[in-house]
Amino acid sequence: MSAEHDPSSSGVSRRGFLKGLGLGTAATGIVSTVTPVAEAATRNPDLRGPGEVPLTLKVNGATRSLSVEPRVTLLDALRNRLDLTGPKKVCDRGTCGACTVLVDGQPVYACCMLALEAEGRTVTTVEGLGTPEKLSAVQKAFVEHDAQQCGFCTPGFVTAATAFVRQNPNATIEEVRAGLGGNLCRCGTYAGMILAVVDAAKTGGRS
Amino acid sequence: MAKAEWAAARRSLIGKRISRLDGPAKTTGAARYAYDINRPGMLYAKIVASPHAHAKVLAIDTKPAEDMAGVRAVWKDPEMIGKEVNYVGALVAVVAAETEEIATEAASRVMVQYEVLEHQVVDHKADLSKDRPSQRTQGDVEDALKKAHTTVQGFYGVPVITHCCLEPHGQVTEMKDGDLLVWPSTQNVSKYSTGLGEAAGVDQNRIRVDCQYMGGGFGSKFNFDRWGAIGAILAKQTGRPVKLMLDRDLELATAGSRPSAFANIKIGAASDGTVTALDAEIWGTSGMGGSIPTQMPYVFKVPNFRVVGKRIQTHRGSARAWRAPNHPQNCVLTMCAYADLAAKMGMDELDFFLRNVQFTDRPAVYTEEFKIAADLIKYREKAHPRGDRTPGPIKRGLGVSLHTWGGLGHDSECDVTINPDGSVETRMGTQDLGVGTRTCLGIVVADTLGLPLEAVHVQIGRSDYPVSGASGGSTTIGGISTASRKAATAALNALFDVVAPKLGVTPDQLEAVGGEVRQIGRPANKLAWKHACALLGVSPITRRGVSIRGESEKAGFTSQGVGGVQIADVSVDIETGVVTMNELVAVQDCGLIIDLKLAESQVYGAMIMGITSALYEEAVYDATTGRMLNADMEFYRLAGIKDVGKLTVHMMTGKGYDERGVIGLGEPPVISPAAAISNAVANAIGTRVPNLPLTPDRVLTALAEKGGVA
Repeated sequence: MSAEHDPSSSGVSRRGFLKGLGLGTAATGIVSTVTPVAEAATRNPDLRGPGEVPLTLKVNGATRSLSVEPRVTLLDALRNRLDLTGPKKVCDRGTCGACTVLVDGQPVYACCMLALEAEGRTVTTVEGLGTPEKLSAVQKAFVEHDAQQCGFCTPGFVTAATAFVRQNPNATIEEVRAGLGGNLCRCGTYAGMILAVVDAAKTGGRS
Repeated sequence: MAKAEWAAARRSLIGKRISRLDGPAKTTGAARYAYDINRPGMLYAKIVASPHAHAKVLAIDTKPAEDMAGVRAVWKDPEMIGKEVNYVGALVAVVAAETEEIATEAASRVMVQYEVLEHQVVDHKADLSKDRPSQRTQGDVEDALKKAHTTVQGFYGVPVITHCCLEPHGQVTEMKDGDLLVWPSTQNVSKYSTGLGEAAGVDQNRIRVDCQYMGGGFGSKFNFDRWGAIGAILAKQTGRPVKLMLDRDLELATAGSRPSAFANIKIGAASDGTVTALDAEIWGTSGMGGSIPTQMPYVFKVPNFRVVGKRIQTHRGSARAWRAPNHPQNCVLTMCAYADLAAKMGMDELDFFLRNVQFTDRPAVYTEEFKIAADLIKYREKAHPRGDRTPGPIKRGLGVSLHTWGGLGHDSECDVTINPDGSVETRMGTQDLGVGTRTCLGIVVADTLGLPLEAVHVQIGRSDYPVSGASGGSTTIGGISTASRKAATAALNALFDVVAPKLGVTPDQLEAVGGEVRQIGRPANKLAWKHACALLGVSPITRRGVSIRGESEKAGFTSQGVGGVQIADVSVDIETGVVTMNELVAVQDCGLIIDLKLAESQVYGAMIMGITSALYEEAVYDATTGRMLNADMEFYRLAGIKDVGKLTVHMMTGKGYDERGVIGLGEPPVISPAAAISNAVANAIGTRVPNLPLTPDRVLTALAEKGGVA
């Protein structure tokens, strides 16, 4: 299996990591922020850096060339180098999900993955899911059910929900509650969000 | 001539369920927040913060940071040496560098020498207060307690919690052609920059503020703050745009918190349940300055009371206004004491509250709301005396609370322009915190002009637009809706003046309905909106609407004083101590609602924020190191989507409510959840868990002290 299609090869999907352990949102964080980096280092003998190194990323269907220090996270690379600011920096340590992007279709906390580790993989940010003029089914449902207030957590939720509804068509309210446990909102938009995701799941996220 | 008012006959969009205008921008990542502003050549700034809760700064050596490749400037306060820092996280220096990573590393290389001084971060012991206690009294509380049929004494505690805005405080700053451009995350666009010119050494008249989206404020983002001034200084010094956003730990420890409130309370009632006396000693902290909540008794008027307040100064980041300042704490203290007294008297909790709502400012509203809430949650079917006798480890309970708030609209100005091509623009220096200000502004203008919402181009968030107030204290909606109604009405009347001769009528015979300007009573005599506007030739109409608080209240545009009630239904596992939300019902009045969908969202959000404060939130400080132990989002817990249970909202609308004018809604529904949930837990397990949040260890401790069974 090529790396591109093997989500387990990254070792950095905190969401997947938590799922594997069968844990929820609460108080589970100590383990995973350190482990992925160490794993990545042992797996990749071609150590790069220090100093900036060239990097090519496939983001939202385009190939983007940039130059980053190896310590730069995927989130910072997207936001600071590629001006893709949909994914937000909130907790910066794999707790809140505001930075969620899809890597090879799987939801990943972009703050917990190095940009270099995303090389050769397909990255989709919320900007790649739809535009204000052409909303995806999930985005449309979020607008319709008012599943946002300040909107700062919204891109992360939309991205996580997009992956969720693809894998869980016709999800129930309880499944939505469990499936979106990796994201946090401060304004308290969960009521609309549950309705929105249940709605979007009816079609598996297809418009 | 159209009259500016809220008359029902003239409302086409107001009060309907309308999706927010900026939903598409927010769901697609197109919405740019302060944190998302990227300017050409922008530098990243990082803060060097004190690791000590109390220390004297002896020396700051910035050279190791300046020597790093990529570092462009290091700011330090020249007058800082010899001064004291009073909390962990206090800003000492700021580094600006080419990349965020270099800035972060450089900040860690700034060498600061401190003389460490003694600190004090504990806030739960009354005898730590060094102030002279405040005291308010009425009647003879001791005599009234002696004469009371039943009295109960209890201890209750509400800890310090933080705002935890998902977008941290901060801004992007840039000097451009002599102007200082600022993109801050703020609740106060029009007046954000007050004092910034002086602080940063720039011309105050040449500061331009732009905040289109902001990621949460909750009362903590009214001013430019020190980091705002330093960002401007660095931008000036380097000639480069500078982004300075707080890291999460600083955001939680230093950028805003809510004062704690701990209290010993004794209350007494007559045999019919009427509360006659309340004696409270309240202590807590708001950091080094500020005040603590002592506005007791809350909502209820009690003939005899004594409230003693003891403020405890602590070496912690200082308190800021937190959504409904002081109300949630006073609500918990009052409503929990009331519920404990009801339980001791063997009275049903809801009946006890209903007995006492006659001693509030709005007994009829609360009574009606309680009836609705009780029906929605099936209170009468589910209610039981304190202590669920059901066998097994899961105990279920109901809890009641009520609250009040002002919500009068703030001063505000608004421009509305009708263009000859039929397009309509509205401009106002307000901000949308996520409550729907942008949408409500559009609704009011479109509604006034008889147009669909999409026809209005709403422009907010800039300091060069007409001055509006800060968004705090639920004052925004009353202010912006009044000013925009008046502006749109004035613009429409100016259009009528031009259209009237064409239709062979006088201006006062015209109305704007359904995209047409037509004769009142003779709708066939009309012009389509576009054709009517074409008569303007080359001259657009712009009119300004001004709302001044007192005048707008008198004219019925806005008013103040709302009531809301909430009832919680929880389950408690007495083996694990885990509290689970089954349902929370909120019934709320807020006068005339502009957008019902967004109003309900506000209430849902407030309930969830309240659930979070009831079950999870607490800024935990370590007495030895003086540090906040949970300055991250792992251990400073927010409720997740699976933690909130079923939420039910009922808005009071229609007769008796709509004619009050527009009243703010941000604060009131966040007040009651913690009190209602605490009461529900007490009802479930048969004893009070005195301290919030109601964590498993506290539930188990309370059960153990009681003897371990419900």
